[in-house]
Amino acid sequence: MNVIPLFVAIPLAAAFFIPMVSQKFRWVPDLLGNLTAFALLVMAVSVIGKKDVYIMGGWAPPIGINLVLDGLSVLMLITISLVGFTATLFSIRYMEQYTSKLRYYSLFLLMMGGMNGVALSGDMFNIFVFLEIASVASYALVGFGCEHEELEASFKYLVLGSVASTLILLGVAVIYGSLGSLNMAHVSRLIVEQGMNKALYFSLTLLVMGFSLKAALVPFHAWLPDAHPSAPAPISAMLSGVLIKVLGVYALLRISFNVFGMSPLLANILIWLGTISMVVGGLLALGQWDYKRLLAYSSISQVGYVVLAVGIGGAVVSRGDSMTVAGLAIGGGLFHLINHAAFKSLLFLSSGAIVYSTGTRDLRKMGGLKDRMPLTSGAANIGAFSISGIPPFNGFWSKLVIIIAAVQARYYWLALTAVLISVITLAYYLKLQRHAFFGPASENNRDVREVPLSMCIPMVLLAVLCVGMGLLLLPGPRAEILQPAVDALTMGMKYATVILGR
Amino acid sequence: MIYALCLVLFMVGLYGVVTKKNTVKIVIGIIIMEYAVNLFLVLLGYRKDGVAPIIDEGTSVLKFSQLAVDPLPQALVLTAIVIGLGVIALMVAICIRLYERYGTFDITEMRRLKG
Repeated sequence: MNVIPLFVAIPLAAAFFIPMVSQKFRWVPDLLGNLTAFALLVMAVSVIGKKDVYIMGGWAPPIGINLVLDGLSVLMLITISLVGFTATLFSIRYMEQYTSKLRYYSLFLLMMGGMNGVALSGDMFNIFVFLEIASVASYALVGFGCEHEELEASFKYLVLGSVASTLILLGVAVIYGSLGSLNMAHVSRLIVEQGMNKALYFSLTLLVMGFSLKAALVPFHAWLPDAHPSAPAPISAMLSGVLIKVLGVYALLRISFNVFGMSPLLANILIWLGTISMVVGGLLALGQWDYKRLLAYSSISQVGYVVLAVGIGGAVVSRGDSMTVAGLAIGGGLFHLINHAAFKSLLFLSSGAIVYSTGTRDLRKMGGLKDRMPLTSGAANIGAFSISGIPPFNGFWSKLVIIIAAVQARYYWLALTAVLISVITLAYYLKLQRHAFFGPASENNRDVREVPLSMCIPMVLLAVLCVGMGLLLLPGPRAEILQPAVDALTMGMKYATVILGR
Repeated sequence: MIYALCLVLFMVGLYGVVTKKNTVKIVIGIIIMEYAVNLFLVLLGYRKDGVAPIIDEGTSVLKFSQLAVDPLPQALVLTAIVIGLGVIALMVAICIRLYERYGTFDITEMRRLKG
């Protein structure tokens, strides 16, 4: 039995059944939601190292629709299901504050199904469809609380998100008009045969704009610092941890490496977008006093690192230099992507725990939480150390790889900027730690207690991952998880041959 | 030429989204943008004096392929319209909720979020 379509089918089916069966009992949505997320995690782990193409309905690729499982998709599936599982576990108690759990789990699973679909789809239009499924669910989840700020953020996110989707759809339409095909492998084959023309450059521009809006890279970032803090904490963790990466970065990488082919121009665009996001996101995060808003700006900055690293890799590939350096840069970028998913979701969950206990997100009203909430503050400190790149934690290794790759590719200024922004990252996380966890306890935090066990477990789990994920760089695990993902990108236009099989 | 008109329609929608202050007008701008793209997709498959892409027993495949319009963009447009419907419904619902909270449709008066 082929497992690939189940990645999309199971969450969609569960999202449909949860509201149907759980009107009577209050614990059913919790149970079903967590079971589904756990099943997805098990399935994602079981496909590590596999490569497969699933053809829907027996129609061969250029005509029919296919789902493609390769190294990069596997990496994305693992990230999605891992963060998804911890977020659902956290939601059991956290979402008690809101009224409708069954709608929450239904939307949550819809979002996961959409993201899995984007990661697996081998067809431009299906990427658009799954992207819209995930986006619509996330718009609704951002506005889940229905208070002033949440609705306002949700509306802003909706408008910019719809503009992005429309741009992507227009780009897909231009591809179809120009080449008469929508299958990614077939499009890539046709582009190799016929070369780029003006319509294709136009379409590439539209797609890069659309996906950058979804990824919140800097000139397009305005919605993120409003939307991510306004959502409930587990959803913030999902949005910052995986949604912007799957809908934005993954799709951007897939079309730029495997469909259109890397060119020096495109690589430069990625490098610039990445650098600007990294710098601007980092500098804006420094001035924030809202715990979650600070984390949201930091997400922009860290996604900038990922895009910068992959852009450097693309530049090396397109000028035909050594593949080792390209592999190092892309590997560093993807490694930072999964690391960021781990520590940013950890930090957002810890922010949720703090809001749950103290009822505030303002750093100035916190203080002294170290003694009151030892587990939360320990986990949040590990997350903060990882993201700012303190040696034994995972963030250090991925930033190190990115910087080494930038130096080897002779981008010395970019390497220097990356180091400087890393110092700035450390600065704002020190600010966060000092105001939230250390220092004198403020008046209104006198009777704060540690959060319940079911909220501690996901945070501890992610904290352990933050310590342990540096091991992925060892040769054994690297060959299993990171290397296939890097190969999927560096093989570039050979993608078509692999998928079409000739 | 007719494709350029689609682009103009798209730009009209984008102009509405960018400059209007009323939430409902922004929603209308987005609807116009979506319709411009849908129109573009349908036009891609259009052929002058074409017939509906349904093959009968009598027609030969060769003659059919010379006469019929391209059915694929029509299928894509149907999907895109349904997705657009969902997004617009959600957007209008949020507009109504915003009106309940703030008592206005003017986005310059909704300024709880900043920084």
